[in-house]
Amino acid sequence: MTRRYSALSLFKEGLAGQTGWKQAWRSPEPKPAYDAIVIGGGGHGLATAYYLARNHGIARVAVLEKGWIGGGNTGRNTTVVRSNYYYPESVELYGLAHRLYEGLSKDLNYNVMLSQRGMVNLCHSTAEMEVGARTVNAMQINGIDAELFSPEDVRRVAPIYNFSPDARFPVFGGIWQGRAGTARHDAVAWGYARAASRLGVDIIQNCEITDFVIEGGRCRGVQTTRGTIRADRIGMAVAGHSSVLAAKAGFRLPINSYALQACVSEPVKPILDTVVLSPGTGVYVSQSDKGEIVIGGGLDRIPSYAQRGNLPTLETVIAGLLEMFPIFGQLKLMRQWAGIVDVVPDSSPIIGPSPLPNLFLNCGWGTGGFKAIPAGGTLLANLLATGKHNDISRPFDLDRFATGRLIDEAAGSGIAH
Amino acid sequence: MQLFPCPFCGPRDETEFHYGGDAGNARPDGADVPIDRWAGYLYLRGNPKGSAHEIWVHMTCGEFFVMERDTVTHKVLSSAALGGEHAA
Repeated sequence: MTRRYSALSLFKEGLAGQTGWKQAWRSPEPKPAYDAIVIGGGGHGLATAYYLARNHGIARVAVLEKGWIGGGNTGRNTTVVRSNYYYPESVELYGLAHRLYEGLSKDLNYNVMLSQRGMVNLCHSTAEMEVGARTVNAMQINGIDAELFSPEDVRRVAPIYNFSPDARFPVFGGIWQGRAGTARHDAVAWGYARAASRLGVDIIQNCEITDFVIEGGRCRGVQTTRGTIRADRIGMAVAGHSSVLAAKAGFRLPINSYALQACVSEPVKPILDTVVLSPGTGVYVSQSDKGEIVIGGGLDRIPSYAQRGNLPTLETVIAGLLEMFPIFGQLKLMRQWAGIVDVVPDSSPIIGPSPLPNLFLNCGWGTGGFKAIPAGGTLLANLLATGKHNDISRPFDLDRFATGRLIDEAAGSGIAH
Repeated sequence: MQLFPCPFCGPRDETEFHYGGDAGNARPDGADVPIDRWAGYLYLRGNPKGSAHEIWVHMTCGEFFVMERDTVTHKVLSSAALGGEHAA
């Protein structure tokens, strides 16, 4: 039986006719009780289970997923990994995620195909360049790699951008993060699932939460489409559906759910080897390892739980893409889709205890959850294991909406969500 | 392109409308409103999956109104002018 992935095991299996590969993760029947339950089998939920087992020695854990693992926003994002945020609290959080991503393939023994190809946030005016310099200074002070790019630097990394004199969004420079890049999104989910399963975690798919078991004012388990499952520590990492579960638990969250669309072109030969974001068009774009141009933009304008997206936003995104890269006008779009994201007023996540004792939250990542998966998992695991915040998760507690200590990254780093 | 019914102008393109939050989220009144009540008014949202009562503004005519809408199918169930000081 081949359990560990390596060049040697690949060679041996090649000689043995590929007959010894073992199932990547088990699919057990749910047990009646666990030490901890994680609701949501996306990247954050699977990472939470993995770090519970690895960092805290708590392996009697179930991950409950209503569909299939990685089938929500983990499989719908544009795979960008970066940590170019403004506030120190955000830098601690996303910096942790970025560092963990850099070691993730070895840690999980699963190739997540992290490609640190760099990312440039363009500046389209002298005013934007001043804000860009401020952002770069803040990032450098906070210990995150950042560089202020001149127009020549941008031309070097993205020569196919529209540099013509009559371009609607001319380039005055950009904010460069060389350690940013992309990772294979499905591999992140599958890698965490395989590693967690090997440590004893039960991954249970097609298991939807219908209600919470609440006894003595505390959460003591969940009722699911596959029966009642009990635990005294329950974490939820369900992105755009956080409000739906919160309503079952008897509280509200500062969240509105919106569709975020993305699309890919037909695959073409390598033409763009970095990630480019234009605040002018609201569009960001990269090229996948398969050759598809991966295109994302802003949120749909209408609160929605429909995983499909509306046409006006898609038109805006494509129009913006063609302003940036007229050469892409020849491409055919191959697929378009949407995920439901949990948008919070200050564009920062919510990590911490919920108003219902024993239930803990990991939500509010808005449009940027993928890049944060290793940190979201580490922090929710810590909360479930210890019942307490650490210094990184504390600022992101739900109580900031009563105390007023918001971490406004929409204003800080200019992210749209 | 979806059409939304403005109670004053009739069916118009969705891009002419802007979402304005939960209907019935009344502003707390008085000097000694507890912090939690303010936080609830300012930040906490129903965010229902399915039927939702929402405030919308038709930006071209400037009128605020209440629209009942399904957040999964996007079907508009009703649309009515704001009556009185607060939406029902």
